[in-house]
Amino acid sequence: MSELSSQKIPVTVLTGYLGAGKTTLLNRILSENHGKKYAVIVNEFGEIGIDNDLIIGADEEVFEMNNGCVCCTVRGDLVRIMDGLMKRKGKFDAIIVETTGLADPAPVAQTFFVDEDVQKNARLDAVVTVADAKWLSDRLKDAPEAKNQIAFADVIVLNKTDLVSKAELAEVEARIRGINPYAKLHRTERCKVALSDVLERGAFDLDRILEIEPEFLDAGDGHDHHHDHHHGHDHHHDHSHSHGGLKHYHDEDMQSLSLRSDKPLDPTLFMPWLQNLVATEGQKILRSKGILAFTDDDDRYVFQGVHMMLEGDHQRKWKDGEPRESRVVFIGRELPEQKIRDGFESCITT
Amino acid sequence: MKEFDPGEMPSIASLTDKVRALPVGMPVTSIHFLGDTAVFIGAEENAAMANEAGEVSTVAVHGGAVLCAASDGKRIVTGGDDGKLVALNAKGETSALATDTKRRWIDNVALHPDGAVAWSAGKTAFVRSGKGEEKSFDAPSTVGGLAFAPKGLRVAIAHYNGVTLWFPNMAAKPEFLEWAGSHLGVTFSPDNKFLVTTMHEPALHGWRLADNRHMRMSGYPGRVRSMSWSVGGKGLATSGADTVIIWPFTSKDGPMGKEPAMLAPLQARVSMVACHPKQDIMATGYSDGTVLIVRLEDGAEILVRRNGSEPVSALAWNAKGTLLAFGTEDGDAGILEF
Repeated sequence: MSELSSQKIPVTVLTGYLGAGKTTLLNRILSENHGKKYAVIVNEFGEIGIDNDLIIGADEEVFEMNNGCVCCTVRGDLVRIMDGLMKRKGKFDAIIVETTGLADPAPVAQTFFVDEDVQKNARLDAVVTVADAKWLSDRLKDAPEAKNQIAFADVIVLNKTDLVSKAELAEVEARIRGINPYAKLHRTERCKVALSDVLERGAFDLDRILEIEPEFLDAGDGHDHHHDHHHGHDHHHDHSHSHGGLKHYHDEDMQSLSLRSDKPLDPTLFMPWLQNLVATEGQKILRSKGILAFTDDDDRYVFQGVHMMLEGDHQRKWKDGEPRESRVVFIGRELPEQKIRDGFESCITT
Repeated sequence: MKEFDPGEMPSIASLTDKVRALPVGMPVTSIHFLGDTAVFIGAEENAAMANEAGEVSTVAVHGGAVLCAASDGKRIVTGGDDGKLVALNAKGETSALATDTKRRWIDNVALHPDGAVAWSAGKTAFVRSGKGEEKSFDAPSTVGGLAFAPKGLRVAIAHYNGVTLWFPNMAAKPEFLEWAGSHLGVTFSPDNKFLVTTMHEPALHGWRLADNRHMRMSGYPGRVRSMSWSVGGKGLATSGADTVIIWPFTSKDGPMGKEPAMLAPLQARVSMVACHPKQDIMATGYSDGTVLIVRLEDGAEILVRRNGSEPVSALAWNAKGTLLAFGTEDGDAGILEF
């Protein structure tokens, strides 16, 4: 991150469906000796068995911004709490926001994009979703919140892996990947994951969008299965198929789309295109992320977005020998794939 | 730009050499005068009291962040993230007025001239009368701001989607003034005819209390954090833009259909405004550390503090209007005597 954004306090949003193990992870973060101090914004005081004046109870009060943007909801209580916490700057290293099991992560994440004062002091580091290996597959069928939480995640802690068979684990992972192939996934028992893999990730998890094998994604798939399974019926329906032995699901309503270019992008075309895209299709786009190589720019540009809101910055110099490749990913519902692909192509410098 | 360049403003009068710097040693969030003692409320734990000789003494008020403060001129009451409501008098003595049983943050506080105090924790607003009777009211959502009406025991409670007017001593149902959005600060006009809130988005909203007619005051580039009524309630001076925006309140329609006055433009955002208690002048603080005194009639400016620091985060006059004190986010503070 640039110098300015590195001075901002990193915020980790911790989501996960009821019973997945969020509190277990939080208790670990608060009790382990890691030399860091976290301010933790929780929903239920009682669940955390630790007394700490930097644990703050929140009310999950979501309100719509009066800016004509229908999906522009923020957590008003977070704005207030962040304001208060900033008076104690220097007393903590990072902030963790726990959401309730049924919460949509969008308003929390958007609060860190839309509020001027919050944005000045803090930056969204990562959305971490704790998922229950035993029950997630079922919840993805009957709980839209659970699916949203997977789609939103930068990091997924797939917990309780000791309670499922190897085959069940492969099944649930394939379902997660069908929704969100870009999140970093950690398999855990009782949330035993190195905290450094979950907290203060900076842009590390963003690099994952460069690592994913193209054949795992749509590009080069050779068959067009994104379009051919909307048959006009509403019941849940998915299908799986294999790519080199990997079981591969496509979720019916949540998809991801990956775009890449070896040629640099024209920033005067790309930025307006991206802004217009999220302004018009932002209700469908849950997350967007990108690493960009711009024409005549030696710095790597990174961005991330939630629905209609975007945040971007020059991150660092391109390293010697590092391929100057741009990669952009979108996760959302009913993404207008061809429109997005055509728009992206038109921003490539020729 | 680190230094003020006098070349840019050749004609401005300056009082910078008359300002007495005060070593308060902490970020200042508000200033209140108890007589001629300036009390600087810190962001955390302490208040710093500066007497007329410029001697500063520190008083511990909270075990964490100080989230809110109000004064009636005789005492200052602060709320903290330690769940305590604390009163501080001119002698530097503190007393705990209340402690939240769940150690919730005390987010807002307001004082009434007759000795009543109102505060809020989460959705609950409390009032304790001068006689010590305590009552509470649960707002529909977290309380964003509190204000006492100038007459009678009436409290405005700002929250999401509007303001509740609560009469703690009456059985009548509280009155609800609706307007979509998150309402934060709230203030009554001194003549009790208008109510104005600062909103989460960069705008004010107002109601004429006689008929609850709406007044929308928008166009700010940033959120309004500071409001101050000019002498006699003729205008409401506000921060949030690169000039002070002053809405006229002299007519029965308030600012409706009228243009606000825009005074004291700078290449920086106005962060604080404080109108003089007796004359048509105001003090203004900016995001670049500048402090000006501005005449409301013609916008004539006097420089009190040069730019080149963190934002001015507190400004206050004493009741007589003979002392002006300021403080910044990085702990610079000063006082000017007239």
